[in-house]
Amino acid sequence: MTSVPLHYYLVVSAALFAIGLAGALTRRNAIIALIGIELMLNAANLNFIAFWRYSPKAEAVTGVMFVLFSIGIAAAEAAVGLALIIAIYRHYRTTNLDEISSMKG
Amino acid sequence: MVEAIDQIFVIAKHWVVGQFPAAWQSFVSVLLSIVPILMVFPLLFAVTTIVERKALGRIQNRFGPNRVGPWGLLQPVADGLKMLTKEDIIPRPADRIVHFLAPVALIVPSLLALSVIPYGRNMVPIDLDAGLLFFFAVGAGTELAVFMAGWSSRNKYSLLGAMRAIAQMVSYEIPLILAAVSVVMLVGSLSTVGIVEAQGERYGWLLKWHLFTPWGLAGFVLFMIAAAAESNRAPFDIPEGESEIIAGYLVEYSGFKFALFFLGEYLGLFAISGLAITLFLGGWHAPFSFLEWIPSYVWFFGKLSALVLLFIWLRGTLPRLRIDQLMNLAWKFMLPMSLINIVVAAVWHYTADWQFTGALICRWLLCGILFGAPYVWLGSALMGENKFAKRTYRFAD
Amino acid sequence: MEVVFFIITVLTLAGAIAAMSLRHLVHCALCLAVAFGGLAAFYLQLNAQFIGFAQILVYIGAVAVLIVFAILLTRGIESAPQPLFSSAWPVGLGVALLVFGSLVFAIQSSSVAQQQAAPSAQATIRTIGSQLMTNFVLPLELIALLLTAALIGAVIIAMQEPSAKSTPMKDHAASAPIPSVPEEQR
Repeated sequence: MTSVPLHYYLVVSAALFAIGLAGALTRRNAIIALIGIELMLNAANLNFIAFWRYSPKAEAVTGVMFVLFSIGIAAAEAAVGLALIIAIYRHYRTTNLDEISSMKG
Repeated sequence: MVEAIDQIFVIAKHWVVGQFPAAWQSFVSVLLSIVPILMVFPLLFAVTTIVERKALGRIQNRFGPNRVGPWGLLQPVADGLKMLTKEDIIPRPADRIVHFLAPVALIVPSLLALSVIPYGRNMVPIDLDAGLLFFFAVGAGTELAVFMAGWSSRNKYSLLGAMRAIAQMVSYEIPLILAAVSVVMLVGSLSTVGIVEAQGERYGWLLKWHLFTPWGLAGFVLFMIAAAAESNRAPFDIPEGESEIIAGYLVEYSGFKFALFFLGEYLGLFAISGLAITLFLGGWHAPFSFLEWIPSYVWFFGKLSALVLLFIWLRGTLPRLRIDQLMNLAWKFMLPMSLINIVVAAVWHYTADWQFTGALICRWLLCGILFGAPYVWLGSALMGENKFAKRTYRFAD
Repeated sequence: MEVVFFIITVLTLAGAIAAMSLRHLVHCALCLAVAFGGLAAFYLQLNAQFIGFAQILVYIGAVAVLIVFAILLTRGIESAPQPLFSSAWPVGLGVALLVFGSLVFAIQSSSVAQQQAAPSAQATIRTIGSQLMTNFVLPLELIALLLTAALIGAVIIAMQEPSAKSTPMKDHAASAPIPSVPEEQR
């Protein structure tokens, strides 16, 4: 049914991963860095689903299962990450990653 | 004959689709599923507004609208014309793009949610394998739309209203889904059509609606409370509380955008009532087997009107909750009760093979105690010190 | 089919790029929601209905809303006058481009990428459910434990310390008109 070859999905996923990585590395705001990490996780999920769909043994739904658990873990990660950012904000009155550097030595 | 009347819309659709060349047929078929939704529900919305205003007027001992047309029945038309001709105001500091997109983002999920409800025998726009999950997934989109509306207006009242609305929707979504989970667990299907078909069996002349089981009864009540909160209806209308934050996230919207919000809210109400009917009230099934000659879609829309009237009645009767009462109700009462309800459903399922005389009564009693004891305990804990007492007057005696 | 694929691709990547580069944090969060929606569309196109809807429910319904709340709670609303990107941004961008280039190179030179879609790869709800209750029951229990731990942890981390309540919260409460929303709502 799908006439799109597998490597299209893989390239899209790689691009999404690179965008997330670039954002996480370059932005100053902690929340945006967290968003970048979420995007990278999602790129990995897309890879899993694409490989599952194009695998010769699709009856074993392992790819789907992995993504299901990954979504659950990402939700937990977002909750804890944002709680940490809020706690840091309470302490330093900023979410700017460049200014939170008291451990820099 | 009965069969033909019941299936009249399905037959008509097949006939119309058959008139088109083969390449067009799937497209026409999709179109014929979408267009009736787009026509019937806005019409129902117009009827509901006038019925609501009339009924509220009756409850509050006044007339309600009675100037336009006979008995004021053309009031929705006048309202619509007024909305269309009003100036569309965008506040100067507002975020124009988000302000424009918010009503669209609210109304699209509400319409999408209507597409998995079975309206009658063989009358479901799309029968998805994960229909129920689809319903809740698109419902989750409305939260962000409400936030967009409240934030983009750059008004503290609208931001407050949006924050209240999101907190309320997120909190009540959990009991809503958990109440639905008990149905999913016993039916063994996420497809709305499958859930309705599972309620078509009979005990004698009574059909096996989920409402007629202890967990179904409790689940229905929990579901309706959560549904009222989810669609921002009174007594859970604090996001819009006119007397406190003037209209919440709607405050900077006027003209047609306001009408879209209004429409979206009522479409959400219809969708969630339709889901309650699908899950607990047997969908398009008649309650008694001797009433099955009435067409299925008549049953569905009859039940839908009854539920909408129930919501109107509640709005006219109950006072608005405070935000802390609302949150306490959601987290300290609704959430544990809906979890307990899942256990009750499991008990009901595993006692299904009891054969001795009076087994049904025993099962009802067992489930009733399992649900009733935590109800009393949690309910008294929720009330806390605020027991109802005889009111004393300091100055009026 | 290809047309649909390219439309979704453009939508997703544009949403992701916008989420990473816009100045206004709330705009970033909204664009992120668009990217998540595009990913859900990808999953639906790949016949993974359950995952697609779960993606919308969890990411748009919960994670995006959570991010929006966090943005408002940390007063990110006023766009800061300081520069948007951190001082070492050329390095970060270079690393990202390098990663993208090497990934694309690996994909293009691999033989796996050329294989065609299995004719009937379907993940029905019934299969997923029975797999969850048989082969994957231990991960399921573990994720339940993880989510509970995360919930308690998030509440405790974000809870206000009783001593810090007195002075520094004042200007915060005045500037961000947020009702007392319990953090445990995730």
